[in-house]
Amino acid sequence: MIEGIGVTDFLVVSTLMFFIGIYGFVVRKNLITILMSVELMLNAVNINFVVFNKYLYPDLLQGYMISLFVIGIAAAEAAVAIAIILNVYRNLQGIDIEHVNTMKH
Amino acid sequence: MDKLSLLIWVPVITMIVMAFVNDSKVKWVGAIGATVQLIQSVLLLFSFFAARNAGDTSEMLFTTDIVWYKYLNIHYATGVDGVSIALILLTSIIVFTGVFASWEIKDRTKEFFITLYMLATGVFGFFISLDLFTMFLFYELAVIPMYLLIGIWGTGPKEYSAMKLTLMLMGASAFLLVGILGIYFNSAPDGGQLTFNFIEISKIDIPASAQYFFFPLTFIGFGVLGALYPFHTWSPDGHASAPTAVSMLHAGVLMKLGGYGALRIAVMLMPEGAQYYQWIFIILAVIGAVYGAFGAIWQKDLKYINAYSSVSHLAFILFAALMFNQVAFEGAVLQMISHGLITALFFALIGMIYSRTKTRNINEMGGLMKVMPVLGVAYFIAGFASLGLPGFSAFVAEMTIFVGAFQNDELFIRVATILVISSIVITAVYVLRAAGTMLMGAIKNKEFELLPDAHWYDKVAVFVLIAVIAGMGMFPNWLASMIYDGLSPMFERFVVN
Amino acid sequence: MQADFSYIIWIPGVLLASFLVVGLFGSKLKPMLSGAIATLAILLGMVLSYSAAFQYFLGKGLVDGTYQTFIPQNWEWLRFYDTLVIKLGVMIDPISIMMLVVVTTISSMVHIYSFGYMKGEQGFERFYAYLSLFSFSMIGLVIATNIFQMYIFWELVGVSSFLLIGFYYTKPSAVAASKKAFIVTRFADFGFLVGIFVLSYYTKTFDFQELMNPDNAAITNMTGISFMGMSVLSWALLLIFMGGAGKSAMFPLHIWLPDAMEGPTPVSALIHAATMVVAGVYLVARLFGLYVLHAPDALAIVAGVGAFTSLFAALIAVTQTDIKRVLAFSTMSQIGYMMLALGVSGYVGTEGLGFTASMFHLFTHAMFKALLFLGAGAVIHAVHSNEMGDMGGLRKYLPITHITFLIAALAISGIPPFAGFFSKDEILAAAYESNQLYFWTEWFVAGLTAFYMFRLYFNIFWGNNRAYEHKPHEAPFSMSFALIFLAIMTTIVGFIPFSQYVSPNLIPFETHFHWNIAIPSVAIGVVGIVVAALLYLKPKATADKMAKAMPGLYKLSLHKFYIDEMYVWVTHTIIFNSIARPIAWFDKKVVDGSMDGIAWVTNKVSDKTKGLQSGQLQQYAFVMIAGVVGLALFILYYLN
Repeated sequence: MIEGIGVTDFLVVSTLMFFIGIYGFVVRKNLITILMSVELMLNAVNINFVVFNKYLYPDLLQGYMISLFVIGIAAAEAAVAIAIILNVYRNLQGIDIEHVNTMKH
Repeated sequence: MDKLSLLIWVPVITMIVMAFVNDSKVKWVGAIGATVQLIQSVLLLFSFFAARNAGDTSEMLFTTDIVWYKYLNIHYATGVDGVSIALILLTSIIVFTGVFASWEIKDRTKEFFITLYMLATGVFGFFISLDLFTMFLFYELAVIPMYLLIGIWGTGPKEYSAMKLTLMLMGASAFLLVGILGIYFNSAPDGGQLTFNFIEISKIDIPASAQYFFFPLTFIGFGVLGALYPFHTWSPDGHASAPTAVSMLHAGVLMKLGGYGALRIAVMLMPEGAQYYQWIFIILAVIGAVYGAFGAIWQKDLKYINAYSSVSHLAFILFAALMFNQVAFEGAVLQMISHGLITALFFALIGMIYSRTKTRNINEMGGLMKVMPVLGVAYFIAGFASLGLPGFSAFVAEMTIFVGAFQNDELFIRVATILVISSIVITAVYVLRAAGTMLMGAIKNKEFELLPDAHWYDKVAVFVLIAVIAGMGMFPNWLASMIYDGLSPMFERFVVN
Repeated sequence: MQADFSYIIWIPGVLLASFLVVGLFGSKLKPMLSGAIATLAILLGMVLSYSAAFQYFLGKGLVDGTYQTFIPQNWEWLRFYDTLVIKLGVMIDPISIMMLVVVTTISSMVHIYSFGYMKGEQGFERFYAYLSLFSFSMIGLVIATNIFQMYIFWELVGVSSFLLIGFYYTKPSAVAASKKAFIVTRFADFGFLVGIFVLSYYTKTFDFQELMNPDNAAITNMTGISFMGMSVLSWALLLIFMGGAGKSAMFPLHIWLPDAMEGPTPVSALIHAATMVVAGVYLVARLFGLYVLHAPDALAIVAGVGAFTSLFAALIAVTQTDIKRVLAFSTMSQIGYMMLALGVSGYVGTEGLGFTASMFHLFTHAMFKALLFLGAGAVIHAVHSNEMGDMGGLRKYLPITHITFLIAALAISGIPPFAGFFSKDEILAAAYESNQLYFWTEWFVAGLTAFYMFRLYFNIFWGNNRAYEHKPHEAPFSMSFALIFLAIMTTIVGFIPFSQYVSPNLIPFETHFHWNIAIPSVAIGVVGIVVAALLYLKPKATADKMAKAMPGLYKLSLHKFYIDEMYVWVTHTIIFNSIARPIAWFDKKVVDGSMDGIAWVTNKVSDKTKGLQSGQLQQYAFVMIAGVVGLALFILYYLN
């Protein structure tokens, strides 16, 4: 237990982070910003995993493991996403998400 | 490996070999595969007779039964009787001639033949299956390649036709699947293991209330493929757009799946339901027979003429399937075979003529008899066979249907039979109109004078079909009695019921 | 004592072989060789038929005063039920033997004649293949043991007739005529087939002998079941007669026969004068026991149709100018005589005179009408035209044709001692016994016959000596041989005592000469000839003046009473435009349209709802999150 900091405080922070991420994901038009919002959500989840592991099941390691996985996947995801974004930029001369709907036509 | 599974494996192996040879050799591989298949079917026929003569009286011969999915009691069960042997022979002949009729395919030859063989595999699988579920599986395997074959290698509005055909047949499959599942879930009315095996199902009585519900679904499901009025409209467009061999296989064999299923599954397994709805479907079949014939009179495109003619002749099959008379049933199967051969011959000839003249409009042709006597004579023979001239197979089939149907004691059915008979008069009108306009008279287009007559591969296809049609028309008794005996076990059961 | 007639099967057998050989390999053989093969086959058939006739009529046929029926072969061809079986076999009785003789004789002569007539034509070997096919089918029809075998060969003669009428297939009129012939007879055969089915439904048999069996309970049973005012047996027999009327060109199914003259002339002689067109008469004669004993009402209709057709056709023949058409209408008229004779006939003893007379007339008519056609063919061969207007004074150029044609014309006009006199006399006698109206009608028709035949004769061989571009030449030997042979036959066959051989109940009876009939009938024949001579012997305008004097009648006759126009109206306006066309439209627009309509509706619905699939990722995310939040709230507040 970290001195003086209760589980609720962590959860408040992670919830805020998560919803900021959602807000950014839904509202921002720039793909990079959207990617950042996704990272924000992932990290909020990571915090939750670590906190729950620490406070509820101190003897187990699954929560840490999962958050490590998430970090790894987030890194891979960022690489792929940025590659896509670069290609989008090349093809559409911009990274505004509203223009990325060519598959619909 | 048992005899019947070999019928599936030969086309499958042919497909695999085709995938590894280059385009120019594919048709030879196809021809060899088809020849092997034909020989095998004939051998099967002989061993069938040998087994019967040796006193084997079991309903299905050469049976295999392998559990495929235990929890739903699905088996890979195969077996043949006189009826399915006859249709297997028909399929082999048409695949064989179809390969030669598509000798001139240039575009994506390999893919074409592979898809064609996939269709053939499905058809063979369908005819040997005793299990409704695998039967349905093979049925779908036969129907789906049609979309590709018409959509890629077709002519005219091919995407539209392919889409229409596939959607209507898939819609019918939905009905059919419900029907088959209905049969399955009612296959053990007294408790016990449910089964898909239709031989076993035929031995029990499906509850009448279930029959009233599932018979129309099954019958319509098969009927759409068998061009039941008013669900026939996919057929003229589909045939008109399809390449030659596909039209042959489709009209010659695939549409018979509908008739076979309607007779064997719908009527035989659910006789009470069939009796209940008999009058409706008889009226539809009579309309189909007369209406198809009249529809053909007005057409100008050779393929449309033949497609409407098929609607008319296939209605005979559905009509006979509702007669509850063993002779009429026998006639239905004979008509499947006869119409399969004749319509395949027609489509082969139309394809050959079209590839020369580049038109199928009869009014733009004329006097072709002088230019291509072999094809012209063959077209006339096909025409005469189609209008039921004695000495050709259609006469035998039609007379068997009519004699059987006319022995019915209900006046309604006898009147319906007379109406169906009247359609053979109209057949004479449109057959002679088409043949006369196209082949006789003066040559209308100077360019046509230089057209070549049949090539050797055309002749193979045409002569084989004519020989079989004439052979069946002149010596019908062995085939007729084989089919008749094949129908006996099931028929006897529902006479008792 | 059983006679062995098993060799009869060789007649159709050889002809079928000849058809197959000439048909399949004819194009590889020399044309003359093909012709020779076919001719040898039919000559062999003729020899066998004659020997069968001698054996049967002069020896083994008559046992205890009754002619026996022999069935040397009867193979099962197709089995439906235990009793309903189509068999193919050979049946030997007086009328089938007589028909065998007629068919093989005329066919042999036509084969020989065609060597000259068809020489150098393209498709010479095809012609002979068709002739073999026709002869084969006709013999199969004649020797049928059951009604279904008859139907099978009935269709086959129909198709041979189609092929031969359309022999000159590049000529549109020939194509149209062949189609017309096939479709009209096919329509009639529909009746025949339904008749067979009705009959077999009640009797459960196709076999002629069983049908004719007087103890057959099913037949008497059928007479008891009434349907729309007639017994079902009468209906069945009437339907069968419909088939016969179609083949035999009885009114109103006669329209194909005049057009069938588009075929080569030997074909007209063989098929459309002597053999195939009398198949209808033969059919009625075959089932005569049923008609006369159980369905007199149907038989009365046969008589009425026959009488009307003979008058009707004779009236038309008077004004036709195409010589083959005159002969075609004359054929119709003479077949009308035969039908009438059957219709008025009784069954036992001398009451059966009508039947005998009908068969006798069939026999003699075959000879002299084939001769007339072949003679006309020789004339056409010489002047290359069918029109009377192009002929005249030919007796100097074609002496053999002239004499033989005259013999045939005298025979058909009923002038003794030629064959037609005897048979016509018997028909008139039978009609006189039965119904005075029929007698006087036929008596009048006999006069008309003499008139139009001699109008034809005088117009061809007498009249104007016109200048021909090419000097007409006499026919080659093969043609004149056939003419002379048939002329001899025409002169002698009248003396055959037919009632000794052919009678309805197979028991011979005696006939005597009817002076009271013969004198008026010869008189009216002579009157017809004299009138024709007055009008046409020397070129005069009298005939034209007479035509102008009664324009209505003349036009009506010239246009064949507008029956063809009525048929054209029915087929084109009713069947094509009012049935086939609307059906094609209905199929395209309504049936197909409704299927397309379902597709269209699906398409539109998807088009309207596809806006939801905006492609905007953020919109999707928002909807998803809103959904999750909504679900969370729902779970929190409602499920707790």
